[in-house]
Amino acid sequence: MATDLTHLPAVHTDVHPFFGKLTWQSIPIQEPVILVTFIGVAIIGAAVLYLLTKYKWWGYLWSEWFTSIDHKKIGIMYMVLGFIMFVRGFADALLMRSQQVLASMGFEGYLVPHHYDQIFTAHGVIMIFFAAMPFVTGFMNYVMPLQIGARDVAFPFLNNLSFWLTVSGAVLIMMSLFIGEFSTNGWLAYPPLSGLEYSPSVGMDYYLWALNIAGIGTTLSGINLVVTIVKMRCPGMTYMRMPIFTWTTLCTNILIVASFPVLAATLALITADRYIGTQFFNAELGGNPMMYVNLIWIWGHPEVYILILPIFGIFSEVVSTYSGKRLFGYTSMVYATCVIMVLSYLVWLHHFFTMGAGASVNSFFGITTMIISIPTGAKLFNWLFTMYKGRIRFELPMMWTIAFMLTFTIGGMTGVLLAVPPADYVLHNSLFLIAHFHNVIIGGVVFGVFAGVTHWFPKAFGFKLDPYWGKLSFWGWIIGFYLAFMPLYLLGLMGVTRRLSQFEDTIYAGYFITAAIGALFIAGGIAAFFIQLYVSIRDRDTDRLRDVTGDPWDGRTLEWSTSSPPAYYNFAFTPRVHGIDTYADMKRHGYQRPTDGFAPIHMPKYTASGVVIAGLLTVMGFGLIWHIWWMASGGFAAAILWAIGHTFNYNRDYYVPADEVRATELARGPRMEPAE
Amino acid sequence: MSTATPTASDMPEYHVIETPHHDGADHHHETGTMLGFWIYLMSDCLIFGVLFAVYAVVGQNYAAGPSPADLFELDMILVSTFMLLFSSITYGFAVINMQQRKTAMFVLWMLVTLGFGLGFLGLEVKEFTHLWHLGATPSASAFLSAFFTLVGTHGLHVTFGAIWLVVLLIQVGLHGLTPENQRRVMCLSLFWHFLDLIWIGVFSFVYLTGVLL
Repeated sequence: MATDLTHLPAVHTDVHPFFGKLTWQSIPIQEPVILVTFIGVAIIGAAVLYLLTKYKWWGYLWSEWFTSIDHKKIGIMYMVLGFIMFVRGFADALLMRSQQVLASMGFEGYLVPHHYDQIFTAHGVIMIFFAAMPFVTGFMNYVMPLQIGARDVAFPFLNNLSFWLTVSGAVLIMMSLFIGEFSTNGWLAYPPLSGLEYSPSVGMDYYLWALNIAGIGTTLSGINLVVTIVKMRCPGMTYMRMPIFTWTTLCTNILIVASFPVLAATLALITADRYIGTQFFNAELGGNPMMYVNLIWIWGHPEVYILILPIFGIFSEVVSTYSGKRLFGYTSMVYATCVIMVLSYLVWLHHFFTMGAGASVNSFFGITTMIISIPTGAKLFNWLFTMYKGRIRFELPMMWTIAFMLTFTIGGMTGVLLAVPPADYVLHNSLFLIAHFHNVIIGGVVFGVFAGVTHWFPKAFGFKLDPYWGKLSFWGWIIGFYLAFMPLYLLGLMGVTRRLSQFEDTIYAGYFITAAIGALFIAGGIAAFFIQLYVSIRDRDTDRLRDVTGDPWDGRTLEWSTSSPPAYYNFAFTPRVHGIDTYADMKRHGYQRPTDGFAPIHMPKYTASGVVIAGLLTVMGFGLIWHIWWMASGGFAAAILWAIGHTFNYNRDYYVPADEVRATELARGPRMEPAE
Repeated sequence: MSTATPTASDMPEYHVIETPHHDGADHHHETGTMLGFWIYLMSDCLIFGVLFAVYAVVGQNYAAGPSPADLFELDMILVSTFMLLFSSITYGFAVINMQQRKTAMFVLWMLVTLGFGLGFLGLEVKEFTHLWHLGATPSASAFLSAFFTLVGTHGLHVTFGAIWLVVLLIQVGLHGLTPENQRRVMCLSLFWHFLDLIWIGVFSFVYLTGVLL
């Protein structure tokens, strides 16, 4: 019984009791690329801090935004986080493009492979977890409660905490740029490469703790939004009367709740392998690295639908609004969304056909993957038929939508190609795959984000975005996307694999140069977007941009029935719904906002607990990454104690007096235009 | 789409006329909390699902080390299993007393529940130290990694539940069985029974099948 196992290697690390693994050598000042970046970031950071202090914005930011539990403000903060991280991720993309240009022309380039590996890992992780996820969560947070006629989400404090946990993960990733290094293992960090033996540095630990902490935030947010939709719809809004964006939000959040725990568990297992020496993925002592690949994709495939479903919702709203028609095939749209939600769980193995699961298993997953294109195709036809005989207004959101329909269809078709296992054996791990998923993520998610931003910006801020710079941004993106990624399809077909920083042969140079020019067009598109923001803010009071009606686009759903921006309580009177496209119906009947009969409104109070708990968990994460155990345990204990302390506060809500509601509403005025 | 222009007279009511009584809204939110907690439990269940699946995949990879039959002492596990099962019954008694507004009896049964929970945890710690002394550590084999992670995660949940129970008793002491506190008691109740259910899975799947099959 007493088998002697003491000969096995004990897990211990040689770390300083106070500073852990952290030393002066951890700060990579010898790397010129990083040093220049650091100086740039330090200057910009100092300038921002100086301006915030000079104009005394700290108090305002703290009391009106950071501690806010208003779903609209949290939604906007998610978008801001998304854009900041998007710029970071795009900088990584430019580094990769330029390195590959140099390498394909026969030069060594300026990025050593170890650094290049960090850059492609950071690019993937940041774009998915800290750009795309905040974007879709931001939209869902901002728009969905307004669309269902609710005053906030079900758990407003939890919503604030979720946001700050996401920020916590982003902060850890940004820290890895200047303190230590980031993971070199690709965005999903397969073992054994990501195990302690091959990745002993802190890079992998930054990856793990950033995602562990941010993942908790995402799960909590998912629970919150599901309950909001199930429990807080206004009277009359049955499930089959919900706007399509709300439907896609519901399906997305069900996917989040049913997949992020798998990510949490999977990352916990590899964290345990690295920190306490378990053997889950070490084949020498009975572990199974293929188990990791299965588990991570059981989360990973639903994740791509978590990103795209809300975007499908945005396009549905946009198509219907700018075609001036009800959405064609509302019911089929709902069912298509639900079918995609279910099928997204049955396809994960197509990410590793080549792992050797066998012909039968590969066939099963190849077929389920192809089946997903059926509901997706149904959606495309619904959008097309909505446009058919509609009075289409070619506003910017509509342009993005049409570009999406063309681009996404190409990406979908290459996806079906990859779903054929024999073809996948050839194309697996090649640039063809890279081109495919950028085709669907840029052509889908990014275009959708810009469509949604342009569409709902006037709702959130009370003025439209300048269309001239918007169109420049649009064309920069469209031209740039095709120039950047079509060559990658060709390179993939020629056999170039992904994640390469050096090339033997110079015959690929032309393709890589074309791709880099495309990336520059995209950079122009991004720059035009930020100029668009600046110009729009500068000209916000002109008649051209100012929205006084609350309904600048002739909208059809409830969010347009309130003022722009909406009062913090959203609706003075809870709406009552009689069909889909309620606001279009209200306008047809010449409905006017009531000017009397206001009642007190029940609202939650702001709290600093979300910021504090997430801040303490960031400290904990940093301690764990650097093996500074006192800091890790201190941060964890303080976070738990603060959370417990928070539960002793029973005084969490208040009533807005009827007089204040009346004053707010009358200041905004009954501006709704009656139907002609 | 109707082409006739509707007149004001056939306009449906497009908003709720709010009354100064706002009990309805509060009640609304309570049901939201229970649903939210259920969904959280299901997400937690998925974490355990992954750990069970991992145990199923690597649970027989002993790496020339000890197997369940070498390690598990079913008698002790049976005792701790019954402690956890009884703690669920006593939690049920506490809830019944809460519903009958018998605060003292409620506190008493909660303390009994806590006692059983701590007893369970004590036995688990004892088992883990015992295994550790045998050299059966989590790093010895994938089987032991999976075993310690699954059972340990359950144990961490019970620890968290015990802390929550103590905090809740303090809050009941401060404010009595207010609607908020009752809601919290019901959430912890769900959590506690859920852990029982998971343990039944652990007991049958890890311990019984490990030793008997």
